[in-house]
Amino acid sequence: MSSAPILALENLTMRFGGIVAVNALSFTAQRQQITALIGPNGAGKTTVFNCITGFYKPTSGVIRLTHDDGAQFEMQKLKDFNISKQAKVARTFQNIRLFPGMTALENLMVAQHNALMRASGLTLIGLLGLPSWRAAEQSAIDNAVFWLKRVGLIDRADDAAGNLAYGDQRRLEIARAMCTGPALLCLDEPAAGLNARESAALSELLLSIRSDHATSILLIEHDMSVVMEISDRVVVMDYGVKIAEGTPREIRDDPKVIAAYLGTDEEEAAAVMEAEA
Amino acid sequence: MDYFAQQLINGLVLGSIYGLIAIGYTMVYGIVGMINFAHGDVFMIGGFIALISFLVLVSVGLTAVPVILLIVLLVSMAITALYGWTIERIAYRPLRHSFRLAPMLSAIGMSFVLTNFSQVSQGARVKPVPPIITGGYTLHEGDGGFVVQLSNIQIVVVITTIVLLGLFTWLVSRTRLGRDMRACEQDQTMAALLGVDVDRTISMTFVIGAALAAVAGMMYLLYYGLVDFFMGFVAGIKAFTAAVLGGIGSLPGAMLGGLAIGLIETFWSAYFSVEYKDVAAFSILIVVLIFLPTGLLGRPEVEKV
Repeated sequence: MSSAPILALENLTMRFGGIVAVNALSFTAQRQQITALIGPNGAGKTTVFNCITGFYKPTSGVIRLTHDDGAQFEMQKLKDFNISKQAKVARTFQNIRLFPGMTALENLMVAQHNALMRASGLTLIGLLGLPSWRAAEQSAIDNAVFWLKRVGLIDRADDAAGNLAYGDQRRLEIARAMCTGPALLCLDEPAAGLNARESAALSELLLSIRSDHATSILLIEHDMSVVMEISDRVVVMDYGVKIAEGTPREIRDDPKVIAAYLGTDEEEAAAVMEAEA
Repeated sequence: MDYFAQQLINGLVLGSIYGLIAIGYTMVYGIVGMINFAHGDVFMIGGFIALISFLVLVSVGLTAVPVILLIVLLVSMAITALYGWTIERIAYRPLRHSFRLAPMLSAIGMSFVLTNFSQVSQGARVKPVPPIITGGYTLHEGDGGFVVQLSNIQIVVVITTIVLLGLFTWLVSRTRLGRDMRACEQDQTMAALLGVDVDRTISMTFVIGAALAAVAGMMYLLYYGLVDFFMGFVAGIKAFTAAVLGGIGSLPGAMLGGLAIGLIETFWSAYFSVEYKDVAAFSILIVVLIFLPTGLLGRPEVEKV
């Protein structure tokens, strides 16, 4: 197993015209750990996710992903579908992006496109319905059913994803991401809009994904109870720069983090900014 | 009554042909949100390829009609599909992220290119073929001497359409390619993020649409016994109308719209005037769009977030 961190950001900068959304950000996410990325609204967290998953081309910097076998990928150079196919990175969205018109099961089947594509030999074998293809399709269905059961949605398998309740859609999106067989799972506010019981179930699900499915997790979250409970490491951003990094306990007591979250008077803020610069 | 029954048969046959073309319009619209104005000309190309391959097969001395038809069908589907793929590759893909009107203008240009290419390479005259499928059944002989007939070619057209439609429905609803196509239709970025090669899926959509248009072209050739370089224009506009009438983006809608246009046109010609049949078809379109802006089976467009 490679000893390099699964994900390393090196001086990532993203500019939109005159606005610097992310400024020379560097951090690492360790293998089979849960790394949380937190910060006040507008700190640039989702921009970082969008750079990792190819939605934005970063202005400068390198996003390096290293698989267990040592294979390395520079995410900012990959073509969109290779982010899942080669680098094995999956993500979910703050505003859920399921395929609303397809059933829950079909959503999970699309996510297994790559495995099925290999088995279908560029479509032809699939159309002929050869046994090897049927076996691949069956294992894809089994995998989808496993995840539907895991997130408690097996009874809704044939319902259109758009008709599921909000909390169910969130869990289905995580199940879909897991169906791609990711090495790194990026979750953008998975606990947003969930009640206390649902958040607790989510924490349990994420911990089990980390330990039982050998998947590293990068997490954006505002729900501090979730972050403090499950994260192995926390990276704090504000105004596009990293202001702290450490274990949940260290972060909780860090004055800069408290200042960023609770607000400071202008003098203190200036002092913090100067210290950063 | 006999006259009505005969017109119903004729209308259904014509409607099948329109429906096959309309599916190509509606599929492409569903997945890339553009009207492929060159699709009518792809239908025309399909007709020409069927004609050419038919003549080649006859000239090498093949005489078994079913064998000829099968080979002609496969050859015209394959070559026309290649046309569809090429058109998307050179005329639409480079413009996909350009402003919204760009691919549509490119499609109109492509339509002219194909029309003129056929005119130059095949000549401007109408190309007739002798009837290949002959015979038929007399269903009913009326008192006034009017005979309701169902010809073999009509049976072939309708059965081919039904079989292809069944195959196609299966493909879209049950296979991996169909799932990928529907996923791309709903959210291309998300589909790409799950590992779906969106470009390839869009290419396949054009390939399938062109193959269906080729079948329509061949059926047209068999049914009317002629092709010409300009036939794609009116047929294309009619099929587009059918797709809009059925609800653009909806596959059953395209078939339903095709049948509706075919029937309207036939009945109008039969009971009122042949000269104004196109006026009738398009007037109905206008009326439907006023009262049902999304067509018969279309869903209201949901703004993507």
